[in-house]
Amino acid sequence: MAVCVAVIAKENYPLYIRSSPTENELKFHYMVHTSLDVVDEKISAMGKALVDQRELYLGLLYPTEDHKVYPSYLLCRYGYVTNSKVKFVMVVDSSNTALRDNEIRSMFRKLHSSYTDVMCNPFYNPGDRIQSRAFDSMVTSMMVQVC
Amino acid sequence: MADAALFEFLHTEMVAELWAHHSDPGPGGQKMSLCVLEGMGFRVGQALGERLPQETLAFREELDVLKFLCKDLWVAVFQKQMDSLRTNHQGTYVLQDNSFPLLIRMASGLQYLEEAPKFLTFTCGLLRGTLSTLGIKSLVTASVASLPTCKFQVVIQKT
Repeated sequence: MAVCVAVIAKENYPLYIRSSPTENELKFHYMVHTSLDVVDEKISAMGKALVDQRELYLGLLYPTEDHKVYPSYLLCRYGYVTNSKVKFVMVVDSSNTALRDNEIRSMFRKLHSSYTDVMCNPFYNPGDRIQSRAFDSMVTSMMVQVC
Repeated sequence: MADAALFEFLHTEMVAELWAHHSDPGPGGQKMSLCVLEGMGFRVGQALGERLPQETLAFREELDVLKFLCKDLWVAVFQKQMDSLRTNHQGTYVLQDNSFPLLIRMASGLQYLEEAPKFLTFTCGLLRGTLSTLGIKSLVTASVASLPTCKFQVVIQKT
C-alpha cells in the first residue's frame, strides 16, 4: 500500500505530494526530500556506466525500519524518472504484503500516464502544482489499492 | 490520410486568422502574430515532449534527443521522417525537410517565397517546446530556399 506519492519537477521542487496517514505528513515530506539525493546519484551513475539503454524505473531506493512510530512500518522508497527529468517517488508500507516489483512498476506506469494527461491539459501551465481531480483520484486509488 | 489533412487545414486557418487580425501590419503587429503562433507551437511541443517518449528508454545524450525529434516527432506530426540532420558538434543542428507537408500544397519552386516563413513559425515553436520538456534550452529558426524544401536551425543555448 502506497503511503506517500510525490511528483517532483526537474528543478527539484514538488509538483504534487500526498501522504496517507496525515499526522505524519511532515516526516513523509522529509523522506521524499532525502530520496531525491539517491535518485540523482542513480541517474548520474547510470550515465557514466555507458549502459546502452537506461530504464526509467529506478527501483528500490532504500528501505528503513521505523520503530519510533507505533505500529512499526517497513517503509520502502521507490523512484522513477521520466525523459523530461520529472521524478516520481513512492513510499510504500511493505510490512503487511510484500509488493512485487511488477506491481510497483505498473503503479509507476499509471502515474506516468496520468502525469502525461495532466501535461496535455490546456488549462495546466507546466511548472504549476498539479490540481487535477482526475490525478487526485488516480493517486487515491493507488493508496487504498493493496491493503 | 484524412488525419493529416485535418491538422494541415487547422494550421492554415491559424496562420490566416492571426495574420488577418493585423490587417494593416506595421512591423510591430506582424511580430506579435508570429510570437503568438510560436508560443502555441511551444505549448503543443511541451505536451508532445511528455507524451511521445513515454515508452522509450531514457536519452543518453543530446544527439539522441535530436534523432528522436527527426524520427518519432516528425512521424507523429507529419507522417514522415526528417530528411537530413547535420550538426557542427558545437550545439548547432540543421534539420532539413525536402518536402515539408505544410508547404507542399502551396507551390513548388520560388513562388510565394515571402509568405512561406509564417507557415513555419508554429513548427519552430513545436521543436523548441519539445526540446524544452526534454531538458534542452534552444533557439529554433527556419529558412526556406525554395518550396517545399525547408531547413530548421536549432541552436542549443548553453547556460
